[in-house]
Amino acid sequence: MNETLNLLIGLAMGLNLLALGSSRLPSLIQAMSFQGMLLGLMPLIMEHEHLDWRLGLIALATIAGKGVVIPTLLRRAMRAANIDREIEPFIGFVPSLLLGAAGTIAAVALSQALPLLPEHAGLLLVPGAIASVLTGFVLLIGRAEAISQVCGYLILENGIYLFGLLLIRSTPLVVESGILLDVTVGVFVIGIIVDRIQRAFDSLDTRKLTALRE
Amino acid sequence: MMLMLDLILRLVLWLLLAPLLPGVINRVKAWVAGRRGPPVLQLYYDLARLWQKGVVMSTLASPGFVAGPAVAWVALTGAALLMPLGPAGAAFSFRGDVLMLIYLLALARFCTAWAAMETGSAFEGMGAAREVSYAVLAEAAIITAVLSLSVQTGSVSLVSMLAPSAGAGAVLLAAGLFTVLLAENCRVPFDDPNTHLELTMIHEVMVLDHSGPPLAVILHGASMKLLLFAVLLVQAVLPMGDMSPLAATGALAGGVLAVMIGVGLIESLLARLAFRRVPLLLTTAFLLCLFALLVAWKGNRV
Amino acid sequence: MNALLLVIIPLVGAGVAALWPNNRTRPWLLPIVGLAHVVLTGWMFLDPPEVASNAWLAFDPLARAVLPAVSLLFLVCAAYGVTYLQIRSERPNRVFVALLLAVLGLLSAGHQARHLGLLWIATEGVTLAAVPLLHFNATPRAYEATWKYLLVGGTGIALSLLGSFCLGYASLHGGGGGDLTFVALMSQGAGLSRPWVLTAWVLLLVGYGTKMGLAPMHTWKPDAYGEAPGIVGAILAGGVTTVAFTAILRIRAVIAAAGEGPIADRTLLAIGLFSMLVAALFLLGTRDFKRMLAYSSVEHMGILSVGAALGGPGLAAALFHVWTNGLTKGTLFLSAGNIRRAAGSPSMDQVRGMAVLTPRSAAIFVTGMFAVTALPPFGPFFSELQLVRAALAGGHGTASAVFLGCLLLAFFGLTRVVFGIVDGRPRTAARANGKRFVETAGVIAPPLVLLGMSLWLGLCTPEILREAWAAAVAQLFPTSTP
Repeated sequence: MNETLNLLIGLAMGLNLLALGSSRLPSLIQAMSFQGMLLGLMPLIMEHEHLDWRLGLIALATIAGKGVVIPTLLRRAMRAANIDREIEPFIGFVPSLLLGAAGTIAAVALSQALPLLPEHAGLLLVPGAIASVLTGFVLLIGRAEAISQVCGYLILENGIYLFGLLLIRSTPLVVESGILLDVTVGVFVIGIIVDRIQRAFDSLDTRKLTALRE
Repeated sequence: MMLMLDLILRLVLWLLLAPLLPGVINRVKAWVAGRRGPPVLQLYYDLARLWQKGVVMSTLASPGFVAGPAVAWVALTGAALLMPLGPAGAAFSFRGDVLMLIYLLALARFCTAWAAMETGSAFEGMGAAREVSYAVLAEAAIITAVLSLSVQTGSVSLVSMLAPSAGAGAVLLAAGLFTVLLAENCRVPFDDPNTHLELTMIHEVMVLDHSGPPLAVILHGASMKLLLFAVLLVQAVLPMGDMSPLAATGALAGGVLAVMIGVGLIESLLARLAFRRVPLLLTTAFLLCLFALLVAWKGNRV
Repeated sequence: MNALLLVIIPLVGAGVAALWPNNRTRPWLLPIVGLAHVVLTGWMFLDPPEVASNAWLAFDPLARAVLPAVSLLFLVCAAYGVTYLQIRSERPNRVFVALLLAVLGLLSAGHQARHLGLLWIATEGVTLAAVPLLHFNATPRAYEATWKYLLVGGTGIALSLLGSFCLGYASLHGGGGGDLTFVALMSQGAGLSRPWVLTAWVLLLVGYGTKMGLAPMHTWKPDAYGEAPGIVGAILAGGVTTVAFTAILRIRAVIAAAGEGPIADRTLLAIGLFSMLVAALFLLGTRDFKRMLAYSSVEHMGILSVGAALGGPGLAAALFHVWTNGLTKGTLFLSAGNIRRAAGSPSMDQVRGMAVLTPRSAAIFVTGMFAVTALPPFGPFFSELQLVRAALAGGHGTASAVFLGCLLLAFFGLTRVVFGIVDGRPRTAARANGKRFVETAGVIAPPLVLLGMSLWLGLCTPEILREAWAAAVAQLFPTSTP
């Protein structure tokens, strides 16, 4: 069971690098949505001994939300904004890929310093979480285009979700669903703002957002 | 006497089998496209035809124009002799021969670029510049791959490095080495061997001004390089040492064939990358090999 | 039950506002709900309810020490909002009114949250609800500010979630049940796993520090405050930032119970002084009087953070400062809103002579500026004095020197901008605008009331407030009562 889970986490980490290296927006969204689906499967694998409807619901909501709904929204926004050319990022693709790889290695090294419970030992959840958070940061900082930044933010949240799996047995459902709800609402709000920026600036290139500075 | 016989047999095997590979790739491409395509032995005919032709030389060119391809071919043949062949082992094997292999490949590349620059044409110079700048990244990847094999087995000799499988990182290593194979042999998505537009060529543009026997040598050398990389890839991934000699030979042949079919499929299904994206893919190959190295390193310690 | 009512009343008000058909009468919901909230808070303040130790949401001493200030500030801003939305009657205010009320409800939830997850949900809710408030003006600059606010604030809030998980895992790893209420975490104390506690502290400080606007996570603040309507700025600066501050206080108490108090205090002191320094330096450079207020807010968040680092007496001073700063900042934001509207520009390059065009607002603005830079009879002077005394008594000589130095620099920066826009001869373009802007009682009285409250807090701090702050300190320092 641990091997299956680690394989999924390894795949998610690979998708991080894919997201960093993909120069085209559709493939970035694809990587993110695939990662979301992987994350949705994880609670089922982790708790396969005592499955119940709550877990199933969470898994279903995650897969539907992170894997289907949000990517569809982003794709629609992308089509509406008519982004067909590649916008050069602040941090180039090769440097961001190298940063991501360095981040992944650092995540593995860092997680050695954090002790785990015996039942979590040998799981890649912590390095996977740190690597995803770092990937999200690189995308947030390095990309110049609003939808890519949103993807970065979502990958960052995926990392936090990975970490949250460690607490799956102890956190009550109320908190989890509240968190899921907030994330969903957050994405909707972001989507609306992306739409408004598109209308106000006629572009989603955030390099045009430079009126406010000292 | 046995040694001599072994050596000659090996040479014949490498030299004769190599030109088969581009034929296999072309066959796969033709099959995917639904065409009849050229015969599998086309490169043999080409080589025979070229060998009978005369050489046209630029007035600017020094003897390096002819010497370059010759030295490159010899270097590649030497590299081929270092490469073990499944149960048969290598013709020459010593500690650190893997470094020798890398340097021989680099020497071959240097000579090709040198010969290209001899023509004094702007196009050849451009091709040489591209080839060398991509090679920097590809070499980083292949050195990392070799390092990961070496860490995995604790050895620096090709025969013992390639005998076991690459362990847990085998998938990563396979993907990385395959990408390097595509880049080093100028296949799609790095370069298009069929292109006829000088501005978009990499390798082909370097050999534009060669003709006759030097061109034949270059083409033959390229096919040997392809075979060399395919053999390296298959042996790095498959646990050759654990198989019976017959099975290992079969696995090697089958593996090389599979790699060629993979190259053919990629060539049919993918488009060539834009130049500025090539470093990105090569960096990916490097990272794949790097993670294979980390897995090998970590796996050994646990 | 009453604790829950404090959350529910504004949220119901928000629902009503969302359904209210009339654009002209809808703003009146703001002061009505605000008044109900103030009455309920005041009643609970005077007669503090029993707090069940395992309650997730309760009007505990810390909430009692801070929430009334937010409630009062909201009421005054709501009264201002009625006039403001009448002036801006050309824009639909359905979303604005509903979300302003939702912000109040979520703020009440955040201040009273005694559970790490609930606290996070409330804070994230406030962050998101504030988004449409920021781009009420619908200018490209407002969208730009909103985007930066969302990215920076969203990242901060994500990190604080990660930190909450780390703290939860610290409890699990230390043999606890993973109960995320602050009481349970504090009672587990030294049983929490040390590496996880430290990781959690860093992440939570960065996360909630972003929300609070501590440097270097303050970058969203000048943009958001600069482009948002004055009333939104006042509520963000006086209410939303304090919820993040109380969050940090509650978390610090857990970290201290785990035996890492000295580390927490040192980081708080360092980040507080750094924020003050950064804010003071930017204050010397900015030419926009609304962005100036944002930097001043960063500076005061630094002051709060320094106070939280100084143990019991410092914390009492910091809670005092939450009140004085929130009310005084409200004065400044509301009067700056008036000036901005009359002048048609926020930059001191284009605005001059506002003492002639809007004499009342300008007078309030200047007085408020002196109040916030700690001129004696006003509240901030006494809270900052108390804080410096706590620092000196705690042996933090160097820190006090840096603290006072930053205050001085900030004073230079503020006076430079404020007198730049108030003095001189009005520009002709602004004069036409200024004629159209009439200083009615509706836009003058609210900032004046806030200024009066700040003065009142300074002159005679009510004993019951001191007692409330002391109770909050006792809650956060269970072992040593000051």
